[in-house]
Amino acid sequence: MIASLRTLSGGRIERSRVLRFSFDGRAYLGCAGDTLASALLANGVHLMGRSFKYHRPRGVLAAGSEEPNALVAVYRDAGRYTPNLRATQVELYEGLEAQSQNRSPSLAFDFGAVNDVLAPFIPAGFYYKTFMWPRGAWQTLYEPRIRAAAGLGRAPLEADPDRYARRYAHCDVLVVGAGPAGLAAAAAAAAAGARVILCDEQCEFGGSLLADDAAAPQLVAGRPALQWITETRAALEANPRITLLPRTTAFGYFPHNLIGLNERLTDHLADPPGELPRERQWQVRAREVVLATGAIERPLVFPGNDRPGIMLAGAARTFLNRYGVLTGTRVVLVTAADAAYRAALELQQAGVFIAAIAEARTAGDSPCIEQARAAGIPVLTGATVLGTSGRRRVNSIRLARLKHGEVSETHTQPCDLVLMSGGFTPSVHLFSQSRGKLVWDARLQTFLPGAPAERVRSAGACRGVFALEAAVADGAATGAAAAREATDPSRTGVRPAAALSRGAPAADASSTPADGGPGFAGALPQPRGAHARAFVDWQNDVTTRDLALATREGFRSIEHIKRYTTTGMATDQGKTSNLNALGIVSRTLGKDIPQVGLTTFRPPYTPVTFGSFAGFARAQLFDPVRTTPMHDWAREHGAVFEDVGLWKRARYFPRGAEDMHAAVGRECLAVRNGCGIFDASTLGKIEVVGKDAVAFMNRLYVNSWTSLGVGRCRYGVLLRDDGFVYDDGVVARISEERFHVTTTTGGAPRVLAMMEDYLQTEWSELEVWLTSTTEQWAVIALQGPNARRVLAALIDIDIAAAVMPHMSVATGSICGVPMRLFRVSFTGELGFEVNVPADCGPAVWQAIWEAGQALGITAYGTETMHVLRAEKGYIIVGQDTDGTVTPEDAGLGWAIGKSKPDFVGKRSLQRPAMTSPDRRQLVGLLTADPATVLEEGAQVMAEAGARAPTRPLGHVTSSYYSAVLGRSIGMGLVSGGRARMGETLHVPTPSGDVPVQVAPSVFYDHTGARLNA
Amino acid sequence: MLLIECPYCGERPEPEFVYGGQAHIVRPPQPQELSAQQWADFLYQRDNTRGVHAERWRHTHGCGRFFNALRDTTNDHFLATYKVGESPPTGLRVPR
Amino acid sequence: MRDLSAARSPPLVSANTTLRALAPATRYILRGGPHVRAAAEQALGTRVPGNACRAFVSGERAVLWLGPDEWLLISPQASAAAIAALLGAALKDLPHSLVDVSHRQIALSVTGPKASALLAAGCPLDLEADAFPVDMCTRTMLAKAEIVLWRTGTEEFRLEVWRSFAAYVSQFLDEAARGII
Repeated sequence: MIASLRTLSGGRIERSRVLRFSFDGRAYLGCAGDTLASALLANGVHLMGRSFKYHRPRGVLAAGSEEPNALVAVYRDAGRYTPNLRATQVELYEGLEAQSQNRSPSLAFDFGAVNDVLAPFIPAGFYYKTFMWPRGAWQTLYEPRIRAAAGLGRAPLEADPDRYARRYAHCDVLVVGAGPAGLAAAAAAAAAGARVILCDEQCEFGGSLLADDAAAPQLVAGRPALQWITETRAALEANPRITLLPRTTAFGYFPHNLIGLNERLTDHLADPPGELPRERQWQVRAREVVLATGAIERPLVFPGNDRPGIMLAGAARTFLNRYGVLTGTRVVLVTAADAAYRAALELQQAGVFIAAIAEARTAGDSPCIEQARAAGIPVLTGATVLGTSGRRRVNSIRLARLKHGEVSETHTQPCDLVLMSGGFTPSVHLFSQSRGKLVWDARLQTFLPGAPAERVRSAGACRGVFALEAAVADGAATGAAAAREATDPSRTGVRPAAALSRGAPAADASSTPADGGPGFAGALPQPRGAHARAFVDWQNDVTTRDLALATREGFRSIEHIKRYTTTGMATDQGKTSNLNALGIVSRTLGKDIPQVGLTTFRPPYTPVTFGSFAGFARAQLFDPVRTTPMHDWAREHGAVFEDVGLWKRARYFPRGAEDMHAAVGRECLAVRNGCGIFDASTLGKIEVVGKDAVAFMNRLYVNSWTSLGVGRCRYGVLLRDDGFVYDDGVVARISEERFHVTTTTGGAPRVLAMMEDYLQTEWSELEVWLTSTTEQWAVIALQGPNARRVLAALIDIDIAAAVMPHMSVATGSICGVPMRLFRVSFTGELGFEVNVPADCGPAVWQAIWEAGQALGITAYGTETMHVLRAEKGYIIVGQDTDGTVTPEDAGLGWAIGKSKPDFVGKRSLQRPAMTSPDRRQLVGLLTADPATVLEEGAQVMAEAGARAPTRPLGHVTSSYYSAVLGRSIGMGLVSGGRARMGETLHVPTPSGDVPVQVAPSVFYDHTGARLNA
Repeated sequence: MLLIECPYCGERPEPEFVYGGQAHIVRPPQPQELSAQQWADFLYQRDNTRGVHAERWRHTHGCGRFFNALRDTTNDHFLATYKVGESPPTGLRVPR
Repeated sequence: MRDLSAARSPPLVSANTTLRALAPATRYILRGGPHVRAAAEQALGTRVPGNACRAFVSGERAVLWLGPDEWLLISPQASAAAIAALLGAALKDLPHSLVDVSHRQIALSVTGPKASALLAAGCPLDLEADAFPVDMCTRTMLAKAEIVLWRTGTEEFRLEVWRSFAAYVSQFLDEAARGII
């Protein structure tokens, strides 16, 4: 450590706790309480990054979250590598490894710096104009190169091993920012009995007061500022209704007073406990919000204003007073605001030589100037800056005075630190995100919060109340008012009432320029004809020249200029650049700033990790994994599972070295020749009960239900009112007033929602009610010629064909377990579906399994089920239909109750387009080569060799190899398909056309003899 | 995440709700008597309002009820919510 | 023939100091109008809530308001037939729907001083005692799963979870407990 760069005492660092850290592989020492930036500065390191586009050497500009230059990566391991952190926010810990970014091979020598030499050729928008031809080169050449050259840090190479948490919270008053105004607001709201959350992005509360000079403290309520912070915080901590959240950034303001907070829990720890979350994202619903987000110092725009060693005056104060770091030895201050003089005087007190103050304002009547001169510092009023020099650190500055656009005098000052200040910009980001109106304050020359769109108030510097005592008083009054309103029993809703349109709170009259505003927005004047390059947006490398170019090329709207030049679009959201850019554009266009307008502030206020947004929703908690009661049995029997919606379903049960093809073939034959057992529990089930149950079903489904007797089942088809198939399933009549309706696996929630919709909003006179029973029942399908024999021995009811024909339902019990038994089939074989209460499913399944052993029972999965149903031409909604298929198209016209006056979708079926002979109809497709299995989704063309843009006749919807038929089978939706029986069509594939013959879609047991066995 | 007042359960967070499209569109009692154009209008024609919009929500993950709401599409503020079959509260009307 | 009626396999859930599964129970969904509520109240000898989001407990029976025409009845496992008979007789002439959902869902208990903080990891409702008092119940969301949340005590919640979501819900609460309990 270069000891001489530390002050002898003071600051909020722990000088006795020395921490080792490294930057770009080089070892350094810092102190507990340092940030990476302060520790590097204490080691004399100013060069911390390379700029985004021109790769210019950059040092810190600021001391807080607004920092645009010093973006670093912190490395813990391959998965724990966080790029693009602001060095001014990275808390130092023992062993911290940080790396600079956007440089190659090193920060000191960077090949990319050639961009800076080429700068005249790559102005704003250059790539819109330059990389146009040849067209293909954009993807292969230009974009990869540009992406590699420009940009920020790299992504980590491994999956993030950390945990992230989320939390919903509710409070009466949320206070954002724990500076003087925020602390006072929280204390006042707490005193009023409100439930309060107070958050601040820094590791400790106090805001700007943390940079206060402890030797000559400002007073709050008669006490030194830091003492007041400690006492206020302690009082809040003791109150159980107050939640204090340091290291927590309010990153976004969302409708209805929902504020997103990101709490950083472990990033500051040398050895974070792995079982704890790294970050916790809070979604806070606040009845009232108090924004006390402070103000950000504005840089000055002059040529060469971006060299390392040029920083904001307030940043130097913070490094000096909070971190005990001397950021330079010979200093020039360039300012257009009174507040910056304090930095010069305090540095001088600390023993630093202040070479000069360049005062950009001409009127030399500020008491600050007198004070500085009294301290022996030369002050040049009406000054501007013509340029600076120094490669990796500023070493001189050229100050000047202009007269009628010509240089009248110049002074070149050697220096190793240039401080600048254009005044303070109230931090209105969150207020603007809340859709509140911003109003231009002519006196303070800045935008302030105006009429709110949410229940939000601003307090302190973020609404132009800069003076410390005034800001504290403003915070206290605002906090009290927010608490009063939040706890008002007559309060309703989240909308700010008309009375709440608090209007534009005029900046407090007691704020003097010495406390903050007004300042200077725009670029410092330059001699006529000068074309010097001055930076406006440090992070995106936008200069005065780029803005001038944009206006020259005809851009007038600030929104367009922003996008063309990218000013204010970096991850810093223009915190230090927006107002200067506006000032420059306003002067160029000859319009006032309010007429030029303001761009939109967008979340996040500072970047938030992906992990924070993902929260718990990763790995096994990414989505619920729904399993059936028989899942464990299937797993134990080697099932391969597939995802169907959120469900895991057994797809097939391979034996030995079988692949899917072999296993499915074996399972199919077992069902056709013996008996298969299948878990159908995921099918949606809805109990429709009430005296109007039949009427309801008649109005909803296409089928006629009046004639369905108790104990019988029917295949139901459900349309939307647009006439297209929405769902299907077997419906059983359990009693006169009770239907057991089944739906597709994926369709269960939406069918229930649709039923409720019609019932509640269209047919509220019907006395019928719905209950989801999907998960009440475990459903065991037993299919195949031996199904009856397997089942008969286990149950207490007669299932002889004469008693229980195909499409019937009965209640009874199986092994003493109550059961609803369906005789239904989705395979074309004699089949039953045993419904038992879900908890009993595994035991009943096992009993059936054991009983079936002698009859060759075989477990089969969804893939086999698909093949079996396709052999019979049974459709799957969502696979053979796609939301544009009518019942007639799908070959289900027979299901429609033709005599019914109405049902959902009926009117649409009569529209001319719905009866066109050219509609795509579901047909069978047989390949000439029986071994060829078509790709599902492949197009069907009329002519061999036809390709897009020739319109296809349709597409393949289902395609499998059928073991029982010894050949492939397919189904497809083909224009006018049923009139094309026997025609040869063509399916293009990557290896050439496959000729297919149009055939009926039932491939097996055309008469249904097996079904009715 | 909006805060929506269910007429049955009170103010509840948006994840409990499902949006249900424009409100006060009644299914014609005798669809067969409608022309193709009238039927198409019923099926497909919806307002795209800038300002107050009458719309349906369902408190799906709550009481399960559909209800109507007047929401200002420019700022997402709800002016009122009311039960199916009811008219908007006094002083408000369904925009047309 | 074997009797498997007692061979139940409820879904397995993870447990910790705050979270545990409760015993199987009889559950019915009762739906119908105000007359049904009155008649059910009389037959069961238990108050059936007419106010939104309220639960009444009487002895071993509880009735939870889920919607203006929907109640969840919870009683001990052995009482299923008795409840069905009781209500079947009392509601014979009133249009209504009574459906057995005993196996549709399971009950989890979340207890302890950090119970509401734990649930707040995934539930967007305000669970402070004044906003969500004892005896309040409602369907809501816990992360990506729908649940019925019922506050049975100051520091005690009962969650009714559809069985296929039980593993997710318990794993979620287990994960969310890190750094909280």
